[in-house]
Amino acid sequence: MSIQERRTLLSIASAIAIPTVYAVYSLPGLPAGDAYAPEVFRFWGQFFLVLIPVVIVAKILITILFSIIDGILTREAEPDFEDERDKLIEQRALNGGQYVFGLGFMGAMLALVAGYPPSVMFIVLLATGIGSELFSELVRFTLYRRGF
Amino acid sequence: MSKPTIRNTIRKLRFEHDEMTQQALAEKVSVTRQTIVAIENAKYYPTLELAFRIARAFGRPLEDVFIYDETGQ
Repeated sequence: MSIQERRTLLSIASAIAIPTVYAVYSLPGLPAGDAYAPEVFRFWGQFFLVLIPVVIVAKILITILFSIIDGILTREAEPDFEDERDKLIEQRALNGGQYVFGLGFMGAMLALVAGYPPSVMFIVLLATGIGSELFSELVRFTLYRRGF
Repeated sequence: MSKPTIRNTIRKLRFEHDEMTQQALAEKVSVTRQTIVAIENAKYYPTLELAFRIARAFGRPLEDVFIYDETGQ
């Protein structure tokens, strides 16, 4: 398994783990009662505003740890640049993720149209974010594994 | 009808060049070793520019390194 494949597997794991842990920690704070109260919107705004830096910092730390541990275990130097194949794979993975995000965004809007409370829309958006990243990483892993 | 494929002789050419390692070739043509592995195994078709760089690394014309096989065999 190449270093890119190992790195992608780690990204898949962190794409699931980081938002899940954060959601488990934060969601109990969702205000009960009126589903349309301003506090509910404030909660979700804060939820996403904090989630973004949490994900960024956690990913940086995980990447650094991975580089150190992988380097010790495999003694394989991590490439310090992206070549044409990496860039092509990156582009295809991003495209795949964008399609999933587009579908999820429509799903979130449909939830509003169908009369579900705003929290459902925000949960669909959160799931969409996780799903699109997962799909993107799976595309990346498949392309590194199988070639194209 | 078989799909046309592009075969390559990189493995053979590396052998003929003092068993040049994949890493050495990768450094010569400025790509990662994984990309050379993928090209050798026909899992990735390089851009024309990279194909030329690989051919020049071996001092051979492009057609000696990459062979367009219309029969797909």
